[in-house]
Amino acid sequence: MATADTIRTILAQHGKLPVDAATLGEDSDLYAAGLSSFASVQLMLAIEEEFDIEFPENLLNRKTFSTIATIVEVVTELSKDQQAA
Amino acid sequence: MDMQTNLLDRLFDAGLLIDTGVDGLYGRSGAFEDVIARFEALIARHAPEATAEVIRFPPGMNRAHFEGSGYMKSFPQLAGTVHSFCGCELDHVNLLQCMAEGDDWTGKQEATDVVLTPAACYPLYPTIAKRGPLPEGGGLFDLQSYCFRHEPSKDPARMQLFRMREFVRIGTPDDVMAFRSDWMERGSKLIAAVGLDVELDTANDPFFGRAGKMLGNNQRDQKLKFELLIPVTSATAKTACLSFNYHQDHFGQTWGLKTANGETAHTACVGFGLERIALALFARHGLDTADWPEPVRKALWG
Repeated sequence: MATADTIRTILAQHGKLPVDAATLGEDSDLYAAGLSSFASVQLMLAIEEEFDIEFPENLLNRKTFSTIATIVEVVTELSKDQQAA
Repeated sequence: MDMQTNLLDRLFDAGLLIDTGVDGLYGRSGAFEDVIARFEALIARHAPEATAEVIRFPPGMNRAHFEGSGYMKSFPQLAGTVHSFCGCELDHVNLLQCMAEGDDWTGKQEATDVVLTPAACYPLYPTIAKRGPLPEGGGLFDLQSYCFRHEPSKDPARMQLFRMREFVRIGTPDDVMAFRSDWMERGSKLIAAVGLDVELDTANDPFFGRAGKMLGNNQRDQKLKFELLIPVTSATAKTACLSFNYHQDHFGQTWGLKTANGETAHTACVGFGLERIALALFARHGLDTADWPEPVRKALWG
């Protein structure tokens, strides 16, 4: 299940952030914290692998990966939908 | 596709482009080259960048610089590498035998230190980084090169080898953004001066795969790329003939480009697809330049 802490752990491994991911609040702007375009792609791929989900194309954008809270929300929804299917 | 093939066939029939048997690889006639030369002169007259440093690289770049650029992360499907025969005499005999029998003879071809240039500005950044920090006010460069992209097509506006004229600004974020917005305005005027309809729109590069879909969406969301669209083979599906790109600090970080006060430099470029512009002119005004409208002829030939 996606929680703020699991996302923070993935962020620490794949986000290539110049700051410690543990210091980021759930609503902190990840791009302002230094998440680059390429790192956001790696984050996306790592999340797909961790939760066995696939982001649909309409969610492959900056907004989806803008905060930890948004990622948790999207991953939770996708997990529900894609398990049901 | 019909419209594209139609224009391509008409260009072949008129002798403006010369068929080589490979889609996207064409010879050019004197008349075609004259249009490109005149358009480049027009660019020069519109460019206030008299102070731009002119650099002309050949259409091949240092493979190490290509690798360092990150191009393969984004566009592996478009890259072209130069390979040469590196075998012994026996390998040579085998190669000739394979050729004679119509088998694959390329097995002993090995990658050289040269990669075909994918965009005119790619060899620039490592070159400028090697000079050390930029002078006060940053840098401004005038480039032109044949570029290669592996995307064979019957669309004459999608060539595999084509020329790109570029101005590149390296400096602070404010400097490079001002440069880009000036050129968006100037580029539209320049194209209007040769009697073509223009439309400016946000765009994204053809990044590879699903990850690329996300990079493309990010690029659009951040308005990092604009294109000037002009009808070439279709009035509805227009062709990008100029592009205006803000790379943020991507190349600055990649190559360690520094401003005079030691900060990571930002970069922006304006690129002219010279063949595409020539094609747009021929498609709009006809295949004989002598019949082009007087104001267009005056703008180009004076």
